[in-house]
Amino acid sequence: MPPTDLAVEARGLTKRYGPTVALDGVDLAVPRGTVHGLLGPNGAGKTTTVRILTTLTRLDEGRATVAGHDVKTSARLVRRAIGLTGQQTAVDDLLTARQNLTMFGRLFRLDKRSAARRADELLEQFSLTDAANRAPKKFSGGMRRRLDLAASMILAPQVLFLDEPTTGLDPAGRREVWHAIRQLAAQGTTVLLTTHYLDEADQLCDRISVVDHGRNLVEDTPAGLKRRIGDERLELTVADLGDLDQAVELVQRATELVADTTPGSSTLSVPVPDGVRALTDVASEIRAAGLDLADIALRRPTLDEAFLQLTGDQAVLTGPTEETS
Amino acid sequence: MSTTSTQPLAAPDETPGSRLLWVFKDTWTIVMQEFMHLLRQPSTFAWQLGMPVVMVLMFVYVFGSAMDVTGMGAGVGYIDYAMPGMFAMTIAFGFMNTAFPVAFNKEKGFMDRFRSMPMSSSAVVTGRGVADIIQAAVDLAVIVGIALAIGWRPAGPVTDTLAAFGLLLWLRFALIFVGIWIGLRVKNTEGAGNLFAIAFPLGFISSVFAPPQMMPGWLGTVAAWNPVSSTASAIRELFQTPGVDLATSTYWIEGHAIAGALIWPVLLLVVFVPLAVRQFQNLSR
Ligand SMILES: Nc1ncnc2c1ncn2[C@@H]1O[C@H](COP(=O)(O)OP(=O)(O)OP(=O)(O)O)[C@@H](O)[C@H]1O
Ligand SMILES: [Mg+2]
Repeated sequence: MPPTDLAVEARGLTKRYGPTVALDGVDLAVPRGTVHGLLGPNGAGKTTTVRILTTLTRLDEGRATVAGHDVKTSARLVRRAIGLTGQQTAVDDLLTARQNLTMFGRLFRLDKRSAARRADELLEQFSLTDAANRAPKKFSGGMRRRLDLAASMILAPQVLFLDEPTTGLDPAGRREVWHAIRQLAAQGTTVLLTTHYLDEADQLCDRISVVDHGRNLVEDTPAGLKRRIGDERLELTVADLGDLDQAVELVQRATELVADTTPGSSTLSVPVPDGVRALTDVASEIRAAGLDLADIALRRPTLDEAFLQLTGDQAVLTGPTEETS
Repeated sequence: MSTTSTQPLAAPDETPGSRLLWVFKDTWTIVMQEFMHLLRQPSTFAWQLGMPVVMVLMFVYVFGSAMDVTGMGAGVGYIDYAMPGMFAMTIAFGFMNTAFPVAFNKEKGFMDRFRSMPMSSSAVVTGRGVADIIQAAVDLAVIVGIALAIGWRPAGPVTDTLAAFGLLLWLRFALIFVGIWIGLRVKNTEGAGNLFAIAFPLGFISSVFAPPQMMPGWLGTVAAWNPVSSTASAIRELFQTPGVDLATSTYWIEGHAIAGALIWPVLLLVVFVPLAVRQFQNLSR
């Protein structure tokens, strides 16, 4: 792929804070018009990567271009091509929502009329019209985040950076933010987002880079990542714990596979190459034997499992970080 | 989506000439932001003024009656002595009004948002400075109003009185950079709030409320050489405050108060402008 087709291209990003190595050679290549996820546990280096790419932090080694401009030598041009929603919500709590957007519009060098018009458009787009004349101080977390997002989209940026855009939002709030991100992506904006929520990455991203300890672990599509962990699993729960051994036998007869069980649990689990067939086969065996089931289901591996496997046992996903409130 | 119907938006191209123009325009936008804050939350303004107003009342009416600063007896001429001190102190503590919002903007990610935008980065600082100077002038006007109400009058010519206010704002200008440096240096607003513990003695070990001669030896020397003292003494000279004879003061600097009030801010600027600039650049460390 020629470099001009990349909205973000980073090679060997390295950043040290005293003895802490925040980034230890991160590579990124994000094609124009795609949504790219940056995933990793707390302290993995996601925010540092975003800060370097948005010209907020100087990089020690490596090089990076955003929208074709070098972040080191053409910071000004980079800033004109990007939008940033940082890990912290940065809206002015004293101004009204509309005043916030108009002020940012002015600082983005729009004239008075365009700034006002753009503010109204964005308020509409993010369902904030009713709250336009209220101060974000009194907004819900989701509303503040939407306003924050709106402020980073004033110039409809070529590349939008979102650092944990939905952390702390309720499901409805997340959906609205996702909707906004999808709309932007559909218009051709390239999005680089960091997240701890794997379903979010699954929902939004074309490709995902998993980082940890400042290094790339793997890059793949959401489906590819899931595939790495293997097949679907058939999970079956017996109504009576005493029936579990018989259930294992029946499953083996139907699928020729040995199911895993956990002592004390009435659930068995077995990886199955052909899920639907295994499910129907097992179900008919169970029915023939007259066994009582509490539950039977096919489970696809989640990104969480893929992620935990990739980043190792010690890297437990802890969800939102403390400084985001 | 609604944006599809609009023209593509873009920041206009910059030439070296327009860049300077944009510094002014962006500065203005930031100044307006600060004023909208005041309009939307006038209580902040009231709080900022609360401290000097309480000081005026406390010192003039509680302690003032016991103070003999003029050598003419307890309480005599204290309003005339203390009011210029109050003006100087209001100005001196003004650096907190700079440090606090700077620390706040840094802590809340506002500074980052500004720095990721194509606006002129110096406007972040100049906007703050212009807003602070205007606010200091307003603060000063309010305190002067109170002073006039309780009987204080400048005795010198009008030009001297104006020059005195000029000296006060000159000190405030220099303190903007002290405030920016501190605001960028502290970890968060809490850190900025703690500064008050340092600022308080710095404001009081001065000639603001009592002449340094009345203090024990070394403390008097420190008080006399406090930059705030030079400004306070200089404006007393310009207001022709009765009973204040700086020429015969024990301390050399007191005899050169106006020069001190002009030069101290220069020294502050020489030290703190580079420090503030470096601290600003350190944000991208
Ligand atoms: N300004 C700084 N000074 C010192 N160390 C820092 C600084 N910023 C980041 N670090 C360190 O660099 C490492 C990477 O931090 P970073 O904020 O990029 O992680 P992250 O992936 O965004 O984590 P989180 O999920 O918690 O937001 C961490 O060890 C962090 O402590
Ligand atoms: Mg982070």
